[in-house]
Formats: sequence, structure tokens, C-alpha cells
Amino acid sequence: MNLAMGAYGFYVWTAVAVFLIVLLIDTLAPLARRRRNLRELRARIARQENRRRPGTPSSHESHP
Amino acid sequence: MANWVPLWLHRLGSPPVFYRFAGAVRPWALGLALALGAVALYAGLFVAPADYQQGDAYRIIFIHVPSAWMSLFIYGAMTLAAFVGLVWRIKIAEVVAMESAPVGAAFTFITLATGSLWGKPMWGTWWTWDARLTSELVLLFIYLGIVGLYHSFEDRRQGARAACFLVLVGAVNVPIVHFSVNWWNTLHQGSTVRLVGPSHIEASMLWPLLTMMAATKLYYIASLFARVRADLIASEGGKAWVRELLTREEGAA
Repeated sequence: MNLAMGAYGFYVWTAVAVFLIVLLIDTLAPLARRRRNLRELRARIARQENRRRPGTPSSHESHP
Repeated sequence: MANWVPLWLHRLGSPPVFYRFAGAVRPWALGLALALGAVALYAGLFVAPADYQQGDAYRIIFIHVPSAWMSLFIYGAMTLAAFVGLVWRIKIAEVVAMESAPVGAAFTFITLATGSLWGKPMWGTWWTWDARLTSELVLLFIYLGIVGLYHSFEDRRQGARAACFLVLVGAVNVPIVHFSVNWWNTLHQGSTVRLVGPSHIEASMLWPLLTMMAATKLYYIASLFARVRADLIASEGGKAWVRELLTREEGAA
């Protein structure tokens, strides 16, 4: 296998690395964002239910 | 037009339907993209012969050119979605346009970075203010502007409308990028692969290039659908279908 790429190994392999790393980040970011959005929504619903029940402490009401 | 086409499209316009559709399509698109991308990369790096002038440095073409095609293709798709969203007020179209922008920005960045890595050994410089390079850099800034504008509004829908408008305005740059190598005397070379007429490339080099093109298209679909799903959970958070989804996910977890 021609891993040295003539005298251009640095340029070719850096280009391949940029391609793979940028797309890897692009693939993982939305998956993490979806999980975070689900978690935040779950917390919001829990807060709303807390508010409906009188007498229970509503401690985490800093942001609506 | 057949009656079932608008009906099918109309159904996809419903956020819960699109969410499920995107979830079903995404793994297949991503898997196929990875398989095709691996084949194309292997063929481009090891199977295709070296260029008679550029030696092995030309192999950057198998990443650079498909990425550059995607940077323009995604802008086209985004413009279409933004237009549909603005004219017919279809929420899914707005979300598709907005979530296309980060993927387009990623491919534009790859194009610029790999182009720079190709320019250094071939032209002797990492960067030059050539028409093609400059207009591609402007494309990156437009993509980033769209992402920034979308997220700078408290109300997501309002942000999407404003940014969709910016998408339409920024579309003027797309033909400039494409035709820059013909309109101006550029250091950047002209098109190698042509839709009309013979391409200036050997078949052994062309097929990995076209395979990578297919892989990046499929990758765009996979990334876009993952992003639309994440976006819909936040923007449709108050709706019953997302609440149902939440209880179902809790049951599964």
C-alpha cells in the first residue's frame, strides 16, 4: 500500500483526517442535542407538575 | 400531477410523521454513506493511478471535489426548502432549511481546508484571494450567518423566518462560486467533471469520485434527518406527540 503518497503524505493524510473528523463531529452533535432536548423537556414537564400540586416546594423555578 | 404525490408530501409536512420518517431513513442513509464512502476512499487513495503531473497529491480531489459539490448542493436544497417554508408557511420546510445550514457549513469548511492542503504543494501557497477561493469563503460566512441568525431569536419560528429570508438573499453567491472559474482568470483550475460533454478525467479516477459524491449525498440526508429530529423535540416540545414520545422513550429506557 502506498501510505507515503509520494512526497505528499502529510497533505493527503491531513486532508483525509479533516474530512473524517469534521463529519464525525457533525454526526455526533445532533444525536447529543436530541438527547439533551429530551432531558430538558422531561425536566420542564416535571416542574410544571410540581407547580400544579400545592404544598410541594418549587425549588427549581429560576427560568420559566 | 398524480393525486397521490401532493398527499404524500402533505403527510410529510406533519412534524410527527416527518420525525418517524426521518428516524426510519437515517440509519440506512448513514450506513450506505459509510459503505460507499469507505469504498470510494480506498479506491481513490490506493487503487486509482497517480496523476502524471501532480503525483499522489491529486488524491485530495476525492475529498475536496465531492465536498465542494455538497457545499453548493446543500445550499440549493436549503434555498428550495426556505422558499417553500416562506411562501406556504410549512414549518417542516423551515426546519429542514435551518438544519441544512450546519451540514453545508461543515462541507464548505472541509472544501476550504482540503483545498488549502492541496494548494500548498501544488501552487506553493495555502491561500490566495482568487475568485473561486474567495467566493467559497463567502459561502462559509453566509452559512454561519444563517445558523447565527436562526439562534439569535427568542422565538424559534421568528428566527427561522428571518434566516430563511437570508438563505434566499445569499443564494446569489451560489452561481458566483460555480462560474467563478469561467468568469475570472483564476489560479484555481476549471471543472474536471462535466455534466454535459466529456469529462477531463480517466474512468479509473472518475468512478471513485462519483461514488464519493453519492456517499456525501446520503450522508447529508442522514445528518439532516438527525438534526431535524433534534430540532423538532425542542420546537414542538409543548405538543402532545412529543409528550407521548417522551413517555414511550422512558418505557424503553
